[in-house]
Amino acid sequence: MEQRSEVGLAERARRQVRARAVRRREPAVSPAPVDPNELPLTVIEATGPRARLELRELWQARETALVFAWRDVKVRYKQSLIGIAWAVLQPLLTMVVFTIIFGKFAKFPSQGQHYQVFAYTGLLPWTFFSTALTQISASVLSNRQLVQKVYFPRLVLPISGVLVPAVDFAFSALVLVGIVFWYHVHVELTVLLAPCFLLLLVLTAFGVGSVLATLNVRYRDIPYVVPFMVQIWLYLSPVIYPSNALPHKWQVLISLNPVVAAITGFRWALLGTPAPTTIELTLGLASALVLVLFGFRVYRRAESRFADTI
Amino acid sequence: MPAPIVRAEGLAKSYRIGEYQAGYETIRDTIAHGARRALRLEHRPTYEQIWALDDVSFEVGQGEVVGFIGRNGAGKSTLLKILTRITTPTRGRAEIRGRVGSILEVGTGFHPELTGRENIHLNGTILGMSRREIRRKLPQIVDFSGIDKFIDTPVKRYSTGMYVRLAFAVAAHLDPEVLIIDEVLAVGDYEFQQRCMGRIEDISNSGRTVIFVSHDMQSVSRLCDRAYWLEEGRVALTGDSEQVVAGYLQAQAGVGAEHSWSELDAAPGGEVVRLISARVVDDAGKTVDAVDARKPVGVEIGFVVLSPGTALFPKIKVTNDRGEIAFNALDTDPRWHEPADLGEYVATAWIPGNFLNEGLMRVDVAIASLGAPKLVILVNVPRLLTFHVQDPGLGDSAKGLFAGQFRGGVRPRLEWTCVRA
Repeated sequence: MEQRSEVGLAERARRQVRARAVRRREPAVSPAPVDPNELPLTVIEATGPRARLELRELWQARETALVFAWRDVKVRYKQSLIGIAWAVLQPLLTMVVFTIIFGKFAKFPSQGQHYQVFAYTGLLPWTFFSTALTQISASVLSNRQLVQKVYFPRLVLPISGVLVPAVDFAFSALVLVGIVFWYHVHVELTVLLAPCFLLLLVLTAFGVGSVLATLNVRYRDIPYVVPFMVQIWLYLSPVIYPSNALPHKWQVLISLNPVVAAITGFRWALLGTPAPTTIELTLGLASALVLVLFGFRVYRRAESRFADTI
Repeated sequence: MPAPIVRAEGLAKSYRIGEYQAGYETIRDTIAHGARRALRLEHRPTYEQIWALDDVSFEVGQGEVVGFIGRNGAGKSTLLKILTRITTPTRGRAEIRGRVGSILEVGTGFHPELTGRENIHLNGTILGMSRREIRRKLPQIVDFSGIDKFIDTPVKRYSTGMYVRLAFAVAAHLDPEVLIIDEVLAVGDYEFQQRCMGRIEDISNSGRTVIFVSHDMQSVSRLCDRAYWLEEGRVALTGDSEQVVAGYLQAQAGVGAEHSWSELDAAPGGEVVRLISARVVDDAGKTVDAVDARKPVGVEIGFVVLSPGTALFPKIKVTNDRGEIAFNALDTDPRWHEPADLGEYVATAWIPGNFLNEGLMRVDVAIASLGAPKLVILVNVPRLLTFHVQDPGLGDSAKGLFAGQFRGGVRPRLEWTCVRA
């Protein structure tokens, strides 16, 4: 009896050794390509400020941008009490407040719509724009650990900064569908053009946000500047009032703000309110393009030094 | 001839340090300084330029494991940051063939609120794996980390050990052509460190190139084929990793494997005897910095007896780098029982193979004579020589198949007998 159990022990030990030997070899490392000449070549040089957009590299990093956005969305709703409802509540409650103050007391014009509908259709793109601007301008600094420790195309950061507000936008747009039915709003086919105006907002947010993000790496007063800037910008944009209610002589100046064309156009696409004027559209688009090119240039020139200065 | 996987030519990186380097600045400061300068109330700030990396060139071939060693601030991390494109060089050029994976920090980008599984996806993507690749390797990664029970728990509830395991597991499953690793083995428990080392060996055996920075000299000499020792941004020594490690450790200790005095008056000793030379030799009589743990090593001592009538003998003491005494030994040859004749002597103490432990050994060299009850020390030079004992880890040394390390100064290979009772 005793003898047998001893044999059993020895056998078990031998088996364990064998199993361990097998296991050690198991996590197979896939073989490397044989000829180094066939591998893609990366050249690292003391180049000056890069200004060219490396689209291919950016495309290869698309999963990184998505995973950053996914992380931010996930983390935001992970430990919050009402989760995704925040995305909906924020514009909804603002709409209620605006309707009471500006619609009922101040009696702002609302282009023949219920002020609630007017305000919400302005707040929806505005909230998207302002959160995108805030997110982008913080995007580099809030990922400083990563910027210092791993390489990825740095443009991934502002790009993923647009994606998170886009998710919020999708949820708050569901509320809009409810509002449309509640107030029996007649929606025309022009609604299909609404995304174009959102794109205008993306360009503007990206342009201004990239400059702020770059400055943020070096100057730590940007986080105080941004909320203030967003607040002022709200009053300069036709969210609580229609743009055609403003004095005509200031039209050119006002139209330089791309948000004017974007929000007026978004409302027009949804509600059939007066469309943005040609001046608003051309000046708005032109300044959005200038902003995005400028922001892009500033960002690209500074990005190679982010890890050193942050 | 195959192209090198990594080729660096004259890489240099300078940083400006000066009055503005005191942390971050605010726009207000910049404007204020600018205005004062315009009004000539203030001079242009004087920047001091420091070269963190200064003209470093090297080549790494396919499948090579190359180590970079050096003190803190020697430029190792700057070099890795340039190779991984986190920062750009000020001068110079580097070419890398193939995908680069880097682990400059364990758990880069881990988010405390996300679960282990979610962090594998996050971290994997950041390190350059595709989504498909991560999904395919997920079981392996979880298995390697050994924390499968907690994989759906937020990592903020993990212990440090679990966190590190998971993080390294992700990094270890990157399959790039070039893997760049900074000091990651410094974390985790012993058993896990050994697994990581094993994994790095597997990676290099599969033909991948590994560039490795560490303060752990044992792992550098074990893992790396070649090594570069950086000192103040420059390559101080390069070559076979064991030689470089030995050279580095000796420089840290301040002494080498050889010492001699050309002027007799300046040599240590007194009227009876003076030491004139000492060196560490291999079995062929060559001076060596690094020795194979399995082979014998000699300590050669040259001395001059200046006055007759004293019975004396050479003596050595060997200490490891923790200060633990490995052994004391004296020459037991009967000739030393009689008073020594005048003249020069060269005595060599042979330390057998498979006796000393791994690591840096320091040798005290002395000439003594017998007194009762103590030794009378005529000359003693503490830490006169150093040499590095290295175990290639092939399994035929005194530690057998054990891949770790023993403590203590000696690690003899004994005769064991065993009978089945």
